[in-house]
Amino acid sequence: MTLKIPENLENISTEIIETDLLIIGGGNAGCFSAIEAKKLNPDLKVTIMEKAHISRSGACSAGMDAINTYIPEGKTPEDLVRWCRSQVGGGPLREDLVLSCAEELNESVDDLEQWGLPILRDDDDNPRYRGKWDISIHGEALKPIMAEKAIEVGAEVYNRIVGSALLMSGDQCIGAMGFGVRNGKFYIFKAKATIVATGGACGLYKSYTSDSTDSHHQTWMCPFNVGTGYAMGIKAGAEFTSMEQRWVATRSKDFCGPIDTISVGYKSNIINAKGEKILEERYAHLGGDQAPRYIRANAPMEEWLEGRGPTYADTTHLSDEEVKDLKVDYLNERPSYVLFLAARGQDITKEPIEIYGSDPYIVGGHTGSGYWVEMDRMTTIKGLFAAGETAGGNPNKFVGGCAAEGKLATRGAMKYMDALELPETDMEQVELEKKRIFEPLFKGTDFDGVKPREMEERLQRLMDEYAGGSSQFYRTNEERLNYCLKHLKKLKNDVQYLQAGNLHDLMLAHEVIDRLDVAEIVCHHLSHRKETRWQGWQTRSDYPETNPEFDCFVESRLNTETNEIETFTRPYEQIIQGDRYKE
Amino acid sequence: MPPRVNPEKCDGCNAQEEPLCEQVCPGDLMTLNESGKAVCRENSDCWDCMSCTKICPVGAIETRMPYQLGYHGAKLIPMVGTNTITWTSIDINKKVERFRFKTRID
Repeated sequence: MTLKIPENLENISTEIIETDLLIIGGGNAGCFSAIEAKKLNPDLKVTIMEKAHISRSGACSAGMDAINTYIPEGKTPEDLVRWCRSQVGGGPLREDLVLSCAEELNESVDDLEQWGLPILRDDDDNPRYRGKWDISIHGEALKPIMAEKAIEVGAEVYNRIVGSALLMSGDQCIGAMGFGVRNGKFYIFKAKATIVATGGACGLYKSYTSDSTDSHHQTWMCPFNVGTGYAMGIKAGAEFTSMEQRWVATRSKDFCGPIDTISVGYKSNIINAKGEKILEERYAHLGGDQAPRYIRANAPMEEWLEGRGPTYADTTHLSDEEVKDLKVDYLNERPSYVLFLAARGQDITKEPIEIYGSDPYIVGGHTGSGYWVEMDRMTTIKGLFAAGETAGGNPNKFVGGCAAEGKLATRGAMKYMDALELPETDMEQVELEKKRIFEPLFKGTDFDGVKPREMEERLQRLMDEYAGGSSQFYRTNEERLNYCLKHLKKLKNDVQYLQAGNLHDLMLAHEVIDRLDVAEIVCHHLSHRKETRWQGWQTRSDYPETNPEFDCFVESRLNTETNEIETFTRPYEQIIQGDRYKE
Repeated sequence: MPPRVNPEKCDGCNAQEEPLCEQVCPGDLMTLNESGKAVCRENSDCWDCMSCTKICPVGAIETRMPYQLGYHGAKLIPMVGTNTITWTSIDINKKVERFRFKTRID
């Protein structure tokens, strides 16, 4: 329904909601947070603010074909930490956080099955493993299953609310603010504790299919996850970790479809133009097909760079029955990829599937990027907890780990809020935020402004070419990062010219504003790490080798007095014994 | 890859406050036009999750492949049942494939 746009700020109505636990983002982690809270205390008031509609929002909206981690019989949570560590090249990673998720992992996945998620089982009724740790599911309805459970247990869901800023009282988070993209209202959520679970950041970098196609959003991560949860914390001075550890995935070329499904699930070799098995032949010393994830993501792009592209996942050995199973997997996770194969008229038993590297994303459910958190998942801001893609230091969480972390964050939040009295709300920050939110709507038709899309495309091209996007084979250097930071400042200055003709455009305006904040700290992190530790995820052409001095976390925080981003390091601590580079 | 709405079939979910496609779209892209028919407000912003196509009760929405990425004439049609889904894929050479699987445990 198209709403008549209010004419001025005075006509914007304000809705105030008081709650015990506020969850920003009703996705994978957020739903599990809500369900855990109601389980521990059915009387607790639990509120979810959700940008889309909870039944089909965010990264899981299209579905899922596997749960990437489920500890098999005979293996321990410590074994999972070792695997996780080896997949990120020995870390640094927060082994304490990883272990705590691993200990909750299987029960969280079992919850999903109890709520109706079909997990495929073998003849002995054990989950069917497609690799060492990942099990096959029919997850077309994964998102509605989680959402329905959160609603069933009594969480109060506010759909179509775009979160914009934390509500603060001094150094304490007491909720969040935002606006209704359907009703144009300003929202204030006051809460004893807040969990930020908005997912990761997509659209910081240009996707290579953006140019001259009708597909601005051929991306691996959900393009509607723009990093708002990070931006809220950045503005409030929260500490962030490992934002330079960007996630890059190998995807099908021209249409962004899953490749792990084929390479891991159907034992398809990654080959180059000459038919050479790239991983086995060129990366044997790093583990071949079992090499860390960033090596596997980067390898096909290195082939292109060296003139040995195109690259493929070799599906020509598959039987007709396997192809049918493979397409069912796709239909559960990314159904439109089956349409792409149909539109190419491609028989994948005769022609292999072409692959290419994705644009980079910031996703703490996959790499280590995100808020620096304590074991109870409290961020460095009192009263603000993080779970899932927003919480850093804890890579390879995927669906099960994000679910587990949602529960852990709730337990931390409930302990914190016990006997807590909410302070009075400082109305000055509220009025300022309301003005900031709605400003792009009230520019008037004669105003010579900037469209959100124009600013987004400028940002994405800038990041792609200067901060190591796919067009640059993920490489960057100090000079390019400085250039990028200089232009990000110009973009931030131009936010005053952003103009929105309707509430949807107003959402797009705030999405690009949030992306600018995230992009800026990503550049600062990339600049601080003067080495190359995870080729592809983080490649410095001016520092191509690993430097032992950087065997530590790179951290950042906005100095709210100077308004500058400061970077520093924290030491890595090995907790689980063993060779860091091996499972 | 934009959803294409067949205006003959779309009734704007007239019994609902919002049509189902508008309710579910994770990108806030589906809306009603002046004739009360569903429309995607920005084709290039679609993520191709097919949520709108699957939920449409009258089968009025088709997810299309942009020509820049794939050739003309392919179709992928979902039919949602109780705890199951059936997909029909028709490729550019008119090859038809059908897939049916459970989406929830009964």
